[in-house]
Amino acid sequence: MDLAIFWFVLIAVLWTGYLVLEGFDFGVGMLLSILPRGGAAHGGPENRDKERRVLINTIGPVWDGNEVWLLTAGGATFAAFPEWYATLFSGFYLPLLIILVALIVRGVAFEYRGKISDETWRRRCDLAIQVGSWVPALLWGVAFANLVRGVQLDDAHQYVGGFWALLNPFALLGGLVTLVLFLLHGAVFVALKTSGELRERACRLASGLSYVALVVAGGWAVWAQVAYSATWTWAVVVVAAGALIGVVVATRRSREGQAFALSAVVLVAAVALIFGSMYPDVMPGLDGGPSLSIADASSTPYTLGVMTVVALILTPLVLAYQAWTYWVFRRRLSVRDIPAPAGLTWQRVKDAAF
Amino acid sequence: MEALDLARWQFAVTTVYHFIFVPLTIGLAPLVAIMQTAWVRTGNERWLRLTKFFGKLFLINFAMGVVTGIVQEFQFGMNWSEYSRFVGDVFGAPLAMEALAAFFVESTFLGLWIFGWDRLNKKVHLACIWAVAVAVNLSAFFILAANSWMQHPVGTRFNPESGRAEMESIWAVLANNTLWAAFPHTIAAAFLTAGTFVAGIAAWWMVRLVRTGEEHKVSLARDVYRPAVVLGTVTMLIAGVGVALSGDVQGKLMFQQQPGKMASAEALCDGSESANFSILTIGDLSNSCEGVRHILEVPGLASYLGTGHFSGPESFLPGVNDVQAEYTERYGDTDAAGNPVVYTPNLALTYWSFRLMIGFAVGSAALAVLALWLTRRGRVTDNKWFARIGIWAIPTPFLASSFGWIFTETGRQPWVVAPNPTGIDQIRLLTERGVSTVVSPNLVLASMIVFTVVYGVLAVVWGRLMHRYTIEGVPDVVHDESPEARTGDDTDRPLSFAY
Ligand code: HDD
Ligand code: HEM
Ligand code: HEM
Repeated sequence: MDLAIFWFVLIAVLWTGYLVLEGFDFGVGMLLSILPRGGAAHGGPENRDKERRVLINTIGPVWDGNEVWLLTAGGATFAAFPEWYATLFSGFYLPLLIILVALIVRGVAFEYRGKISDETWRRRCDLAIQVGSWVPALLWGVAFANLVRGVQLDDAHQYVGGFWALLNPFALLGGLVTLVLFLLHGAVFVALKTSGELRERACRLASGLSYVALVVAGGWAVWAQVAYSATWTWAVVVVAAGALIGVVVATRRSREGQAFALSAVVLVAAVALIFGSMYPDVMPGLDGGPSLSIADASSTPYTLGVMTVVALILTPLVLAYQAWTYWVFRRRLSVRDIPAPAGLTWQRVKDAAF
Repeated sequence: MEALDLARWQFAVTTVYHFIFVPLTIGLAPLVAIMQTAWVRTGNERWLRLTKFFGKLFLINFAMGVVTGIVQEFQFGMNWSEYSRFVGDVFGAPLAMEALAAFFVESTFLGLWIFGWDRLNKKVHLACIWAVAVAVNLSAFFILAANSWMQHPVGTRFNPESGRAEMESIWAVLANNTLWAAFPHTIAAAFLTAGTFVAGIAAWWMVRLVRTGEEHKVSLARDVYRPAVVLGTVTMLIAGVGVALSGDVQGKLMFQQQPGKMASAEALCDGSESANFSILTIGDLSNSCEGVRHILEVPGLASYLGTGHFSGPESFLPGVNDVQAEYTERYGDTDAAGNPVVYTPNLALTYWSFRLMIGFAVGSAALAVLALWLTRRGRVTDNKWFARIGIWAIPTPFLASSFGWIFTETGRQPWVVAPNPTGIDQIRLLTERGVSTVVSPNLVLASMIVFTVVYGVLAVVWGRLMHRYTIEGVPDVVHDESPEARTGDDTDRPLSFAY
């Protein structure tokens, strides 16, 4: 196989890693105000905070490692397809800027939330985590749907469509698709990683979300198939639909492991559909206009060869130690596992400030 | 302002900001790992308490390094897309290797370290922090490989058809002599930063406790903080020597590879033998040579830095005017748009940032000398000045590093990829040609404002947390939470650590 095509596939794999792993991180973040209960029947606001902490701690040890899949996808695109990296990142400037800010506040909020034991502080961090999860969950879909649809390029491979053109109906629906899929994936993940009431609630939510996903993602996929995609990706759409139904069945039977594998399959299918539709371009032209093809965008065979050796050695290693991490932290969490807040009080922090 | 100026400001601000956290991470990770190793090997509780204390400060800092780093990775494509097109074939590879070889390791094993105290066997847990320590240093290697290539492009051919740089040999890129000087220099600077941090904080604590005169507090100072002062000081001494030696090598390379940078670092207008190193200069340095007056000078030192000779014909250093003449002849007097090109970086910035880099090291040096004297043979001290110098010294290596980078990067101007005078000199790119052409100035301005605000807020939060957790001191009670140390079946116990 041509090395450039191999790298096109490899970058799809890296994006798959990112969307599957950070997908549930986003999902968990979005669920922060949806799943936890703080009513009188559940033990009051204190319980809400504990349940939120359960959610955050399900991803605490792994979220940063998951985010590195994005950095790797970005770096690999730079190395293997410099033109793609340049055109895409300068062309999609504003959405990327917003995603960056969202990722910044979310990351800091995860790490600093527990450092200060104060109600207002926690609420602010929760807000940052949620904004930092909802916004990228939506925008990644918008960005990828535009790549499926095609974008307006000039002959020098520069994106000239402007910002508003990115917000077309097809792309916005695409954003909704990733949003719903991540929510679902997050709910399934919470069901897999927690016990007690939280787990039951997550299971119920997941099976409801599967139906929503079936409608939203199904509708978008059919639109994509009819308007933009290759014939073979129909098969992918069918697999995804089957997997979504499988999630319903699995969560009903409390088979969370299966449900998680199936919702991951849905995300894999989404990436296959997206990259399958783009092929043989990395940035298809809008309405048959100039496009940026895999061949145009790729690095020299020498660079691709070097990167192939590096990737073939390192990727399996990464997979191995990341898998081991999930094994180490395999225990389900519940509110009983959450220790008392260990942070310093706000007053102490303020007193110390210069 | 044009998009170009804004993009330059944005890059400068976000990168310098990223590099506030980076040197501390790079140096402190190994120091924390050493502390934990000492605990695992000796079983002495003091090292566990120190590990927990500095580990917390390390984590507060690390989080900022991570979130500001993501911006860096995206910025090349967003603001510098034409640069990315030109260099991608070469420059992308080290960036991708950094992510695959280093970022994955550091983020994954740090997660294991933070949450793994009660789940991993002691030795495995220790190995996790060592993995982090190695990976952060490895990441520095790869990113510096990318940067060194911009300073001194090697292993690359120019493809006239596509007008791009193409990689010929990854080995040449990774064996770049610029890299092998910049890497030790940056790493040594990072160890100096972390050593000063540890020694400064521990010194302040030691004095504070000794001054109470209470017996158990004095013994805390002696048993726990004094060893940290010693560890920090030893690190500073070794790193300080490393910084000076590697800096000397860099000076020699800079003389060959970027003579314009050397000349402007000295604000040397016309070439001369036995050029002096000026410590104080007045006059208008804003890119005109006239009116510059050197007041305090060390004879021949500038020549020595660049050439290794204090005097004689070999000590000739070309001045700014010589470089302008030579480069004009080689690379033309106008850019693609027909505007004249000035082949001299901003003189004032280059001149002063170079001096400030070297000058700020004095803070660390003062602390180190004082610490060695006052803690000799098991002593502790209640000297107030020692505590003060300890605290004041902490920011100095951070400032030195920032000025070092400002010097390196602005001194390369007007090039973003400096031509390699001893290699293929078609591999070169003016900074003005690297900027994205499709991004409007307003958009860059907007992002500049957004980053400034977000980074400003985060700086306050980070500063307060670092400050407060420093004042908390080492924890009073520490448990050995490792699985080996636990007795009985306690699967129901809460997590020992949770967010
Ligand atoms: C000499 C060292 C050095 C230099 C010059 C830079 N960085 Fe950095 N970077 C690090 C050393 C480092 C580090 C020590 O590895 C960090 C700091 C804290 C951390 O988590 O890792 C890091 C974090 C970090 C991250 C987050 C990694 C994660 O999620 O774990 C990214 C994406 C970058 N950096 C990218 C860059 C880019 C594109 C740079 C070029 C402009 C850059 N860094 C300059
Ligand atoms: C591998 C690491 C780095 C790379 C690849 C890199 C690359 C670049 C690029 C592309 C520019 C824009 C062109 C320009 O305006 O000069 C730039 C400018 C700059 N960089 Fe770096 N840089 C790196 C590391 C750093 C670090 C760590 C710092 C400081 C902490 C830094 C400080 C600056 C500054 C101050 C400028 C502005 C220079 C000017 O506009 O005059 N750089 N660098
Ligand atoms: C003995 C004193 C020192 C000398 C002779 C020296 C020399 C140099 C030189 C010549 C450069 C520019 C390299 C180039 O652009 O080609 C440089 C860069 C730099 N210096 Fe120093 N330096 C000294 C002390 C320090 C100290 C104390 C620190 C920080 C604690 C430091 C941190 C840096 C950094 C971070 C850079 C930019 C990265 C790089 O190019 O390696 N330096 N130094």
